[in-house]
Amino acid sequence: MISRGERVANYVILSVFAVFALLPIVTILGAALGPSDSGGTAGPANFAAAWEAGRFGTYLRTSLAVSAFVVVVSVVLSVMSGYAFGTMRFRGQSALFYLFMLGIMMPSEAVAVPLYFDLRSLGLIDTFWSVALPQVALSVAFGTFWMRAYFRASNRAIVEAARIDGASTWRILWQVLVPPARPAVVTLTVLVFMWTWNEFLIPLIMVTSESLRTAPLGLAFFQGQHTSGFTLLAAGSVIVATPVVIFYLFLQRHFVRGLLQGAVRE
Amino acid sequence: MARGRAAGRPPGEPRRVAYLYLLPALVVYAAFLLFPIGRAVQFSLYDWDGLSVGRWAGLDNYAAIIADEGLRDAFGHALVLVVFYALIPLAVGLALAAVLNHAKVRGLGFFRTVVFLPQVVAMVVVAVAWRRVYAPDGTLNALLGALGLESLTRGWLGDYAFALPAVGVVGTWVETGLVTVLLLAGMSRVPPDLYEAARLDGAGAVREFFAVTLPSVRGEIAVALTLTVIAALRTFDLVYVTTRGGPGTSTTVPSYEVYHRAFGLGQVGSAAAVGVTLALLIFVISFGINRFADRGLT
Repeated sequence: MISRGERVANYVILSVFAVFALLPIVTILGAALGPSDSGGTAGPANFAAAWEAGRFGTYLRTSLAVSAFVVVVSVVLSVMSGYAFGTMRFRGQSALFYLFMLGIMMPSEAVAVPLYFDLRSLGLIDTFWSVALPQVALSVAFGTFWMRAYFRASNRAIVEAARIDGASTWRILWQVLVPPARPAVVTLTVLVFMWTWNEFLIPLIMVTSESLRTAPLGLAFFQGQHTSGFTLLAAGSVIVATPVVIFYLFLQRHFVRGLLQGAVRE
Repeated sequence: MARGRAAGRPPGEPRRVAYLYLLPALVVYAAFLLFPIGRAVQFSLYDWDGLSVGRWAGLDNYAAIIADEGLRDAFGHALVLVVFYALIPLAVGLALAAVLNHAKVRGLGFFRTVVFLPQVVAMVVVAVAWRRVYAPDGTLNALLGALGLESLTRGWLGDYAFALPAVGVVGTWVETGLVTVLLLAGMSRVPPDLYEAARLDGAGAVREFFAVTLPSVRGEIAVALTLTVIAALRTFDLVYVTTRGGPGTSTTVPSYEVYHRAFGLGQVGSAAAVGVTLALLIFVISFGINRFADRGLT
């Protein structure tokens, strides 16, 4: 039994923390919706102004293209490699798996510098590929680990039955194993999307032309130029954060589950 | 964290076709991650400005991490950030989760949604928001002014003494929700009869916490520490947007040194050495924390 005083105390503690968690977010939202610095109209007009002044349309398009590419490619590759590790036996299996595990903990700081110089000599710097492919590599490491864990726990009997029926390994994967794996695949998708959308260091190093800037990068540069007023910067911040936040509100369970399973990548 | 030898290898006969399924992932992974790691180690053994021919330097770049004051400070700052990113959130999270676990409060779902939100917002956005909070005319000084504490107001991020703790508090803000939600999930799985037994033995709330709750969430604590310590060591976006390592070098961190040395100072070899050291540090800490968590778990 909980006394009334204790219950009140619990609500107070909860409220204090909710306020602490929301304060910077409210600061941003309030500024974005408040009167503009030039004394103009308040509210949604600020978003339009930021969209124009900060060229956020371009940045969002780049971010969307990079994220879509990284998510689709790394999820498909991870499903395939996770299937091999989780349901088959082959020579060098554990050594190869440890090799993938290495990538889960590898900070992008360690590889971004050599990647820049090697891609520069290949003439690939400042291209879509120089931003997207390193992130596919980082995501595939985690994705392989994630999908292997799922396939190892999958129903062996159905797989055996399908094999006795003469189904190919390809058909078993896509028609028998993947459909019930939907929750695991969705979790992987939202995590990779979030990491890619929010990534800052790789685009910062790989991109010089403005048309290839991703949304977070665009925001950082926009801040450098707009030291005077805060309204447009706040509106830009909201624009950059919104896609991931919407996903999070709809697919919260997947975000929490994925991040709590000890995804050692940020 | 799947660790250790797999108990019971996957059944099914050995299959060559597995290599075909692995190949596409392995090709991208090898080209864009494994190969660059090798190159990073190679670069770190040279004195190279990124343009001319490099000069063999042996382990000089690594020795500089200990000898060079700037680099030593950067790693020292990272340790300070570990306190803010990992230890404070862990202490707060344990207390908060212990309270919430016993409480039958409404709105727990909403609370979880809110405290987890900082995890999913881009760090660049978080940094912009906090810059506003810390600005000379920002939210924090306005609050202090309202409380009649004008004497305490300052430009927090421009202050030699306060800039690093100010950056640290942002880390605390980001990580506390993750740690709390993680511990809450762990505590909700503790069998109620353990608490019954503790209470029959006459344990109070505090004893119960140390005897029952804490040992039960050992694994969750390890995961929380691993995630938050690594996040602290990898701080980059936040420093880049808020302080650029300043004022002076009071908030510079290893990741920022990697970037600044490679693209600002033209010391690519040194940058690579710092990157490799950071990666090794992260490996050692991950394994260390998990070793510690596995001990005492049957």
